[in-house]
Amino acid sequence: MSLEGHVYVLGDDINTDYIIAAKYRALSLSDMAARVMEDIDPDFTKKIKTGDWIIGGDNFGCGSSREYAPRVILAAGIQGIAAKSFARIFYRNSINSGLPVIECDTARFQTGDHITVALEKGEIINHSQKFTASFAKLPPFMTRVLSEGGMSGYIKKHGGLRAENLV
Amino acid sequence: MSRTIAEKILSAKSGLDAKAGDLVLAELDLMMGHDFNAAMTFQVLEEMGATVAAKPERTIIVFDHSVPAPNESYARLHQKVEAAAKRFGVRVYPPCEGICHHLLPERGHVRPGDLIIASDSHTCTYGALGAFATGVGSTDLAVGIMTGKLWFKVPKSIRIHYSGQLPPAVSAKDLALFTIGRLGADGANYLSVEYSGEAIDRLSMDGRLTLCNMSIEMGAKAGLIEPDQKTLDWLAGRVNISQAPARADEGAAYERILDFDVSELRPQIARPHEVDNVCDIDELLGLPIQSAFIGACTNGRMEDLRVAAGILAGKRVHPDVRLYIIPASRRIWLQAAREGLISVLLEAGAILEASSCGPCAGICGGVPGDGQTMLTTANRNFKGRAGNSKSDIYLASPAVVAASAIHGQVTHPGRYLIKA
Repeated sequence: MSLEGHVYVLGDDINTDYIIAAKYRALSLSDMAARVMEDIDPDFTKKIKTGDWIIGGDNFGCGSSREYAPRVILAAGIQGIAAKSFARIFYRNSINSGLPVIECDTARFQTGDHITVALEKGEIINHSQKFTASFAKLPPFMTRVLSEGGMSGYIKKHGGLRAENLV
Repeated sequence: MSRTIAEKILSAKSGLDAKAGDLVLAELDLMMGHDFNAAMTFQVLEEMGATVAAKPERTIIVFDHSVPAPNESYARLHQKVEAAAKRFGVRVYPPCEGICHHLLPERGHVRPGDLIIASDSHTCTYGALGAFATGVGSTDLAVGIMTGKLWFKVPKSIRIHYSGQLPPAVSAKDLALFTIGRLGADGANYLSVEYSGEAIDRLSMDGRLTLCNMSIEMGAKAGLIEPDQKTLDWLAGRVNISQAPARADEGAAYERILDFDVSELRPQIARPHEVDNVCDIDELLGLPIQSAFIGACTNGRMEDLRVAAGILAGKRVHPDVRLYIIPASRRIWLQAAREGLISVLLEAGAILEASSCGPCAGICGGVPGDGQTMLTTANRNFKGRAGNSKSDIYLASPAVVAASAIHGQVTHPGRYLIKA
């Protein structure tokens, strides 16, 4: 699966309160999506385009366990996130929501770069800056969850979780 | 093979000899959601075609984040969650019964050695009782409720040992902030933290719950303290302990072992806008504050209220400061009333609220104004966390918040803690 798009670069420690503030909890997902990153980058949703990738630094998605965080990022039109590292709960929530998350060295990416992500090869090709960043591929179990659009699709297809599928 | 506490509990619950790095499917002892996240959990359950909970007696929904409902949108959200909880036949604690992470241990739902998930990042609190408890999202909680099991990657562990006794006026909260400042906001990402040492042995159970609560602020998957006699005494009358508490083996493999001498520790404060931006109180003495909060799942317990009332007795909250105090549960409210603490706090000018997350969730209960500085016992100081991105949030212990509320500026609590 090859995924193409442009990137939007954010910094370290992007927490889930920044991704979507708790005070917007009672809004619909699409109304929440219009307020993604509002407290740190008020024009974020105006600056991104559908199909863009977010590039993050260390500890992306730290803080609260709210699964609205990856879901509003998806609803805002973001295709996936590559970051130097992810906070644990956000990482699981992203896979469960069907949002691709990639751990790799992101230091050289700049906003606007045109990239192609090859999930099965473990590569991000940066066409604008002419380099390829490699990353450790996801375990097959998580790739299957992503390919079913998230955990609920996976469970519907497989009827549940089985220990022998956890590889 | 020598094993850590995390390896022991996840082995016991998966029926395997599990070691760090393994993926296991494990049997859950307790699952919890709350008004903020549970609507999505029930939506996912319905998407997956589930109509019943696998372990309804071990599944709990707590209404604590936006309670009492501040407006019609939240009132409708509560109705939706309550109706779904009823359909699935799970246990419900209604609005203002208590903050989930206080309520579950208090009402005897948590046992040493349990494997617990909840759709809240501060679920790691229950590690204070020797349970492997970890925060998950709404979907993972839904899978847990539907099947009674969840998959886990067995984490590596780090051990943090504290030698020496904490000085007077220095509490579990200071210990937590100090540790997070040293390790950083991702210093324990994906790891299970085991806390030990003389300073831990001496902490009350309230203090241990505070310390373990903040493990997530350095990214930890769990924060654990081995049960001792104090734990067993605290649990007596609340739960029947049927499984032996899990203890780490001699020679278990740790990613890191840290040792801190805390006998000279100063009260700690986390400055905006990161929890690991920690300094000694001395650097901030005299900083004016306009908003103060004692409560949240970190610090709304009896010990915290006793400390606050001890400092505020016979004093007045500074006229420029709003001090909000929220006891963590109905039982704490009642106990504080019986001890006369509620009168002391009200007479000092504090604003008391029914049990909830209050301004820590940024939805209701004392949102700060533009340009205001808030000093709070909560566990996060992210920009906008308390509901207004134009305010600054500083984190501290109940003693520091109470003393500072009297003076309208950051104040060392030491002078108030000398016993008569």
